[in-house]
Amino acid sequence: MAEQTSEHAIEFITDGRTAAEDRASGGHTAEWTPGSAESPEDARGERVPTVVAEDVDIVYRVNGTGAGRGTATAALNRIMRRRQAEKAAGVRLVHAVKKVSFVAYKGEAIGLIGTNGSGKSTLLKAIAGLLPVERGHIYTHGQPSLLGVNAALMNDLTGERNVYLGGLAMGMSREQVRQRYQDIVDFSGINEKGDFITLPMRTYSSGMAARLRFSIAAAKDHDVLLIDEALATGDRSFQKRSEERIRELRQSAGTVFLVSHNNKSIRDTCERVLWLERGELRMDGPTEDVMQAYEAFTGDKKK
Amino acid sequence: MSQVLHTPPPIQAPPADEDLSALAARHGLTVSGARPSLPAYVRQLWDRRHFITAFATAKLTAQYSQAKLGQVWQVMTPLLNAAVYYFIFGVLLGTKQHVPDYIPFLVTGVFIWTFTQSSIMAGTRAIAGNLGLVRALHFPRAALPISFALQQLQQLMFSMAALIVILLCFGVPVSASWLLVIPALLLQSVFNTGVSMIVARMGAKTPDIAQLMPFVLRTWMYVSGVMWSIDRITKSDDLPHIVLVLLQTNPAAVYIDLMRYALIDSFHANQLPPHVWPVALGWALVAGVGGFIYFWKAEETYGRG
Repeated sequence: MAEQTSEHAIEFITDGRTAAEDRASGGHTAEWTPGSAESPEDARGERVPTVVAEDVDIVYRVNGTGAGRGTATAALNRIMRRRQAEKAAGVRLVHAVKKVSFVAYKGEAIGLIGTNGSGKSTLLKAIAGLLPVERGHIYTHGQPSLLGVNAALMNDLTGERNVYLGGLAMGMSREQVRQRYQDIVDFSGINEKGDFITLPMRTYSSGMAARLRFSIAAAKDHDVLLIDEALATGDRSFQKRSEERIRELRQSAGTVFLVSHNNKSIRDTCERVLWLERGELRMDGPTEDVMQAYEAFTGDKKK
Repeated sequence: MSQVLHTPPPIQAPPADEDLSALAARHGLTVSGARPSLPAYVRQLWDRRHFITAFATAKLTAQYSQAKLGQVWQVMTPLLNAAVYYFIFGVLLGTKQHVPDYIPFLVTGVFIWTFTQSSIMAGTRAIAGNLGLVRALHFPRAALPISFALQQLQQLMFSMAALIVILLCFGVPVSASWLLVIPALLLQSVFNTGVSMIVARMGAKTPDIAQLMPFVLRTWMYVSGVMWSIDRITKSDDLPHIVLVLLQTNPAAVYIDLMRYALIDSFHANQLPPHVWPVALGWALVAGVGGFIYFWKAEETYGRG
């Protein structure tokens, strides 16, 4: 594999198109390969890559599975034989993402689709640098950020304090949070029905909490923005507002990745789609092509 | 809506290798989630200082927000703790006959020990108990153990307020030596933070550490002279030299005795272990710097599923 890579490297530098064509005709019939439609000669060209994934494998290790899970002997066994065989010791390897490669360019909005458990969110976390890869590499421009702040918030604190905490957790400065505080609260619409922002978050309805979380998360500008099904929160009017905000974020961000099961929002937002199935990159191409194949696969007749 | 999905036939193989790493290098892309250099790491951490303090304060406030008495528990918990130890060691076992000002002596010991103990306990869960946060947001992970240690320091401030009241009630005079509390607490905080970073890394890899730690800590407490005076043992000659040295250089004992020396007038300098300030400083440096580097070395592995 390594030799093949270096061989390609030389070819690629002398003539990018040759490499791309070689790749396409390499035994498989590729419908569309990233970069082959436009010139991949980025060294002098216009297209600037922001995220490069090279043969990415992501593996989760889960303790305490297999025969006799959770029993004392199984656990002891696991400790004693740790180095020898993870499988025998009851550690199960979950291969969530398998050999995924792609290049994302500046200004692109890329949708990630696939059935449940196909590795979309895992891949997103790996791009954000939050999950280590088992093999391969992910190169990024700057620090991609995941649009998600839920974990930093505390239900026992007031909405107000959570806005500050969430903002700081995302790496905003105190001053930035203070400046945007009113915008965040207004955007969330929490105070439309009374002074709720000064109540603990545990008293919010799930819709209200979701709105506040999204508002906090969307308050920051990002270089490479990763969105994990954030568009489906809240009521209709809030959804509209958040879609608008996503568009704004897209303009300021270099590249946007969107994971969603909502085919419509993928079509509205993205011009390129990666289709993951069972951890493998099944298709990568313009939105309409991939979406049609995907809908045929899932039996979805919706247009 | 239910649909049976069979393994899809491979429509398209994963793209074959091209020289993606060269492409990435040409455009100056960097590996996502790679461990930054030590100076860069310190800088990142400094940039997140407001998050660290806000997170600590938030945790502290959230802690008793469901209780009817609310924040009163911040003071009540350490007081009740001290009362229990007084009942067992002061009344039942009669340790108080050997120590003047036994209640101030005991309460100081309990509070200072609790600071170290709860920092370390919080450290073991700092990463393992916050995987959601670690997997959702990008920040230098050392922010978590440091934030937890800071929360314990804030907690200690409540205890110290209660302690001052107790001291005054038992007629311990206010003196200039009380100022020594500040350097002593500072050194102890650095030590605690360092140790909690060490156990945070261990706990992230092996969550079982959290189960084991209470026993280690309880043993440590009993040899640290929380309820009895170490100098009574060390002054008798029937101990092997090595045990003597270990007892006297035990960091917990050093910090506890320093605090007693600072606050209680009947606790004299000759009851302190030898070279107490250099030892206190040494432990703080070794644990603080060593713990930080040890934690940083595994930075990119935290949060692995």
